[in-house]
Amino acid sequence: MGEKILLKGNEVMCEAAVQAGCRFFAGYPITPQNEVPEYMSKRMPQVGGIFVQAESELAAINMVFGASLSGARCMTSSSSPGISLKQEGISYIAAAELPCLIANIQRGGPGLGNIRASQADYFQAVKGGGHGDYRVIVLAPASVQEIYTLTMNAFDWADYYRNPVMILGDGISGQMAEPVEILPYEPIVDLPAKDYILDGCAGRKPRVVKTLVLRPTDGLVTHNEHLQGKYKRIEAELSLCEEYETADAEIVIAAYGITARIAKGAARLARKKGIAVGLIRPITLWPFPSDAFAAVAKTAGQILTVEMSHGQFVEDVKLAVNGGCPVRFLGKGGGWYPTEDTILEKIESMAAASATIAKGEL
Amino acid sequence: MDRHETRIIIAGFGGQGIVLIGNVIARAAVIEGKNVVGMVSYGAEMRGGTANATVVISSDEIFDPFVAHPDRAIILNQPSLDRFEPQIEKDGLILTNTSMIQRGPQRTDLARIKVDATQIAHQIGNLRVANIVAVGAFIEHTNLLSMSSIEQAVKDLFSNKNPKLVEINLKALHAGAEQSRATGKSRPGGAIS
Repeated sequence: MGEKILLKGNEVMCEAAVQAGCRFFAGYPITPQNEVPEYMSKRMPQVGGIFVQAESELAAINMVFGASLSGARCMTSSSSPGISLKQEGISYIAAAELPCLIANIQRGGPGLGNIRASQADYFQAVKGGGHGDYRVIVLAPASVQEIYTLTMNAFDWADYYRNPVMILGDGISGQMAEPVEILPYEPIVDLPAKDYILDGCAGRKPRVVKTLVLRPTDGLVTHNEHLQGKYKRIEAELSLCEEYETADAEIVIAAYGITARIAKGAARLARKKGIAVGLIRPITLWPFPSDAFAAVAKTAGQILTVEMSHGQFVEDVKLAVNGGCPVRFLGKGGGWYPTEDTILEKIESMAAASATIAKGEL
Repeated sequence: MDRHETRIIIAGFGGQGIVLIGNVIARAAVIEGKNVVGMVSYGAEMRGGTANATVVISSDEIFDPFVAHPDRAIILNQPSLDRFEPQIEKDGLILTNTSMIQRGPQRTDLARIKVDATQIAHQIGNLRVANIVAVGAFIEHTNLLSMSSIEQAVKDLFSNKNPKLVEINLKALHAGAEQSRATGKSRPGGAIS
């Protein structure tokens, strides 16, 4: 093991991006992700990259569009209200099949909301926040070290699938500092040649990435079918999930990101009290690791979904579980934060209720 | 709590170097190979307002990064004492900067460290090192981390900025430790297992 240094989640994400060869960053300030542009403004010039504090979130995402089109590994970041502003650009980038990384360090919503941590942008991230039938690969790290690894992987998957990738973080994981090992970047996939970029067409045929003129007239139908084919492939190849003591668990907690980490603590406390509790944590939110959830539903008595929202992630859990076992819910928005004790209390009430049913007292 | 974990809150005026205290302690814990999570309160903070930082140190995995109920508190001014004293775990420990706190803790279950941090910093010749005086007293009393790790963290943090600051901060650290030794222990704080 190498030397560990203390960095905030937001800073680690930037360093991982730099290590992975990201050389273009455009963003606009918003709490709680301000360490990202701050770090990039210092770091990009050191590695010959470009940092732009854009005039708006829209400008930033469209600069990323252009940077990706020129072949650069590129990135933008923001927090919830700013990510809403970027949605048009994300849809355009998805349509043009361009790789890039978008980080959403979520805060409370809706509207301007507040600056506390939240997970209420789940629908927006995984269901397509912009217009049209498109998908963004969505990653949910649960520790600062995982932010480092997944950010590097994100650039590889973006290039491999020619698709935007989003890191769906939150105000806590962005702000917290943890020891992290800065590992050298190694591509995890064979990176395809970028044979689509616009780098001057002298000596070759011009390339069209985006046009108003669709020929033949059903060109958009064909393009959509092509995109859907790619999304099917991503779903088949890239569902990532972590399970913790699910094998014998009578209650399995389903949670992602920072919430999963706290839930793991609650699961441990529950085990000390004699309740068999496990955890299932999706690392990719899209594609959703449905098979793993379906498998857990076969052995678990109940699933408890915990999220920092009023119930978004829980809908995908229910879809994946498909009636395999009861799915309960614990969650609130607006900056609410689950402690280990809050989760434990819910688990204890679930365990007590199922014991009552088992005894036939109901 | 059945956990090998220490949850610390550091609070005072913005400008008193609250964030730096958190940084020094967290870095020293990293040097000792412990698991650490550090957080700084963020939001509409301003110089002269209250600021706080938290550090969780454990030899085991840390699950909850937030510190709702600290077991150790380093409190550098009166408003922070008023705000955070009720949140401290039962039988916890509190360090107060007596130079800036007239009305001490009301709770009788808490172990106490009293240090004239601002006064000592004044004698050293730089009011800004009051925060490190407090760290010296805190570490000497609790043995939470070794003093040499703290010294290393101070060196790491200041040598890049200005090597002259290393010397005065180490002096502050030792002055804080000295006062802690001189006043003795109200009750052993205990190291983390």
